[in-house]
Amino acid sequence: MLLTAVIFLPTVGALALLVLDRRDEARLRHVALWVSVVTFGLSLLLWLGFDPTRAGMQFEERRPWIPELGIGYHLGVDGISLLLVLLTTFLAPLCLLSAWTQITTRVKEFEIAMLLLETAMVGVFCALDLFLFFVFWEAMLVPMYVIIGVWGGPRRIYAAVKFILYTMAGSALMLLAILALYYLQGSTTGVYTFDYGPIARMILEPALQWPLFLAFALAFAIKVPMFPFHTWLPDAHVEAPTAGSVILAGVLLKMGTYGFLRFCLPLFPHASAVFAPAIFVLAIIGILYGAWVSMVQPDLKKLVAYSSVSHLGFVMLGLFALNAQGVEGGILQMVNHGLSTGALFLLVGMIYERRHSRLIADFGGLWGVTPVFSAVFMVVTLSSIGLPGLNGFVGEFLILVGAFQVSRPFAVLATAGIIFAAVYMLWMYQRVVFGDVRHEEVRHLPDLNARELATLVPILLLIVWIGVYPKPFIGVTEASVAELIGFVKAKAGPTAGAWWLY
Amino acid sequence: MGFTLPGLAWSVLAPVLIVTGAAVCCLLLDLVPPLDRKSHLAVTGLVGLAGALVVSAILWGQPPVRFQRMVALDDFALFFNAIFCVTTALVLLLSVGYVRRQGIEAGEYYALVLFATVGMMLMASGLDLLVIFLGLELMSLSLYVLAGFFRTRASGNEAAMKYFLLGAFASGFFLYGIALLYGATGTTSLDRLGAALAAPEAARDPLILAGVALLLVGFGFKTSAVPFHQWAPDVYEGAPTAVAALIATGSKAAAFAGLLRVLVTMRVLQADWATYVWLAAVLTMTVGNVIALVQGNLKRMLAYSSVAHVGYMLVGIAAGPERGAPAVVFYLVVYSFATVGAFGVILLLEREGVEAVNLDAYGGLGDRHPVLALALTIFLLSLIGLPPTAGFVGKFYLFGAAIRGQLFALAVIAVLNSVVAAYYYLRLIVYMYMRDPEGPEVRSALTPAAWVALAVAVWGTLHLGLLPGPAFAWAQRAVAPLLW
Repeated sequence: MLLTAVIFLPTVGALALLVLDRRDEARLRHVALWVSVVTFGLSLLLWLGFDPTRAGMQFEERRPWIPELGIGYHLGVDGISLLLVLLTTFLAPLCLLSAWTQITTRVKEFEIAMLLLETAMVGVFCALDLFLFFVFWEAMLVPMYVIIGVWGGPRRIYAAVKFILYTMAGSALMLLAILALYYLQGSTTGVYTFDYGPIARMILEPALQWPLFLAFALAFAIKVPMFPFHTWLPDAHVEAPTAGSVILAGVLLKMGTYGFLRFCLPLFPHASAVFAPAIFVLAIIGILYGAWVSMVQPDLKKLVAYSSVSHLGFVMLGLFALNAQGVEGGILQMVNHGLSTGALFLLVGMIYERRHSRLIADFGGLWGVTPVFSAVFMVVTLSSIGLPGLNGFVGEFLILVGAFQVSRPFAVLATAGIIFAAVYMLWMYQRVVFGDVRHEEVRHLPDLNARELATLVPILLLIVWIGVYPKPFIGVTEASVAELIGFVKAKAGPTAGAWWLY
Repeated sequence: MGFTLPGLAWSVLAPVLIVTGAAVCCLLLDLVPPLDRKSHLAVTGLVGLAGALVVSAILWGQPPVRFQRMVALDDFALFFNAIFCVTTALVLLLSVGYVRRQGIEAGEYYALVLFATVGMMLMASGLDLLVIFLGLELMSLSLYVLAGFFRTRASGNEAAMKYFLLGAFASGFFLYGIALLYGATGTTSLDRLGAALAAPEAARDPLILAGVALLLVGFGFKTSAVPFHQWAPDVYEGAPTAVAALIATGSKAAAFAGLLRVLVTMRVLQADWATYVWLAAVLTMTVGNVIALVQGNLKRMLAYSSVAHVGYMLVGIAAGPERGAPAVVFYLVVYSFATVGAFGVILLLEREGVEAVNLDAYGGLGDRHPVLALALTIFLLSLIGLPPTAGFVGKFYLFGAAIRGQLFALAVIAVLNSVVAAYYYLRLIVYMYMRDPEGPEVRSALTPAAWVALAVAVWGTLHLGLLPGPAFAWAQRAVAPLLW
């Protein structure tokens, strides 16, 4: 019941908001915020009750939903999903807090959309029935589309439509692949079900794995996004309101990487092995290309958006290394990216609210004007670069260790990506914060207020915590990752021993 | 003077008779006061439809009753009766205020709507090609008149004329097909036709193949499958919107009912017709969606979108009746709720006394009429096929049938089509929620009756999206009599 509560409490909150008076904006904001805080509290109970030594699903719930078609309401979390659920419920209240003064029109609809979005996102990470997963996966589109399209920037409609059409195009083929799996599984065993367990245990002919893998991979690659499917991302991230950007970067992109981990690898181990080199190449291109494009962006938000392409390239590299370090690093890096890029979007939003510009050239000398902002910005920037002692380092290090065991050339190229990341982030930081004040408008910018600090401090704490003592975070995933890798390798059998450059 | 009445099981015709009775009552009550208000006729119609629905529900699951190889009241017919009764009832609820506002209130309107429904019911229960043809004609003739109810408008006359001329051609094709089949086999009864076709030499008889092809043309016209769809946009645009809703849902459902019965009879020829249905499905989906992309008039857009939805349903038929038929009948329910609902919202919105059918009238609707905008959004999401609406489940079921029938290419084309379709539905949502109002104010004429209709349509769309299980089971059972 706990998982159901975490998933649907936000929906209940959204329904409660429906009956509240739309003019009483303060109450709407408070109710939504408290609903999301309580949801986070419930998800902490999940963490406390989670047994990290046990692999496999915990907190499982299984009820028939559409028994006529073998569709069940089947939920559960392992270490991998647990971290992502926590990330989602952690970021949601911060997003609502960040929107406190930024969203001033149609507040009621905004809070409802955010809460419904939270339900769908948590649902994606907990669903253990392919139909249920797909429902949550698609249900997430509408609220996000509305958030970008209604409260976004000047080109919001274009960005919103592009976002939803790209994602739908990807998921359309995944739907067919899910149906194909259903009938394949049913015709071999006689039991037609969308349940994850039996479908994951089914061993498919390599010739069948290829098209199904590609159908799933396309949906996930668009979501991650991997080069060359990333072109929706800069538009959507830049046009979305801050809260939307944080959710997009923090959680939505992780749905893609999570999908690779939960579905592509275990369901199609052979095809994954065959396509791993291609994924590696695309990941490396993403890392380098994202970094280079970030470097030349004049717009802060766009820079952060493109940096996501680069960071997610690292995650993909780690996941497809398919060894303990790589996968654990990849999962941790999903969380890290959610924290640091989420915080970057929050900071960009805060400074935009003051200066009404996001152009790097419009800033300079902030250190003397807004010292608190600049200090927080520095920590987050360093976290994003991967400075030892902060969270980014741990994840990237593990990924590189994992990738190094599989392919040295790729590991070396990826390391170069870290250097580029330092270049574009530090150069940006330098132009925005250091130097003399070049614009009169900047001279009178107010520093962060208490509410904004309350939004950022939790993230900062986690950035340092994971950087200094990552064990609790890696620990919860260890058993699940070991089981997953063992499962994939055993299922792939000796034929897939050619895990490429092993 | 010995005259023996053939032993008629009256219950076979019970739902049809009830609705016919209601239609006749409408004609009679039209002559008694109050003469300036006709809403009591709508009430009469609703009572009749409710009665037919209740009788159908009572008979549901009973052993099928047949009459002389002509008419059957099996679960298939009952399921379709329920579809017709509910959609017609929704249309009546929406019509009451609409026809009065448009100045076309007349007693015949309600009677004709009910007679059209009787025709649909006959089509679904016909076991003989002639009965199906009779039902088709009764339905079509009523709808031709209804389509031209805007007598003083050029577009109304154009709609009626076009619908009538093309419809008459289609009826001719259909009848000619029946004649050819009769010539080849000596029967028009579906049972005997099926037996005659089972003979090995029948499958290569040119008369039979031509007859089947002509029947498919007739059904293609009534379902507005490409290339027989050209009438749809003009008719939807010129006809009263409530009538357009009936043409888009009830008449299509009736045509699909007849099509399913006929195609199941022709199962031995499946190899022959499956290819054409495959091709028709691809063309219908693609042409419908692509042309819908550029429509600025919502009624035309919904016309092309309804063409596209017919294409999706043809995907189910192409997958073979055993696999596809339950998905098709389920989708008809889903599609009818969303389509009647969408037309319902459109007919409630007025700008300067004229129906707001142009896209730009919908700018900022989310602010001005939040309830109507939300309802329309739910219907559009269902037509796109996004969860948690019924459209998603319906498409899932249909495309699942295609996958099961190993029609992978068709399934891929279908899902890609639904992505294309998302664009034009979303554009309307963009207008409602993301753009500012422009131009003169758009008023809503939301009456309590229309409120009920929209609420039922929203309920159906969401309920079938969240808990489709029982409806799936009913759909399975509905097609069981076909697959004896």
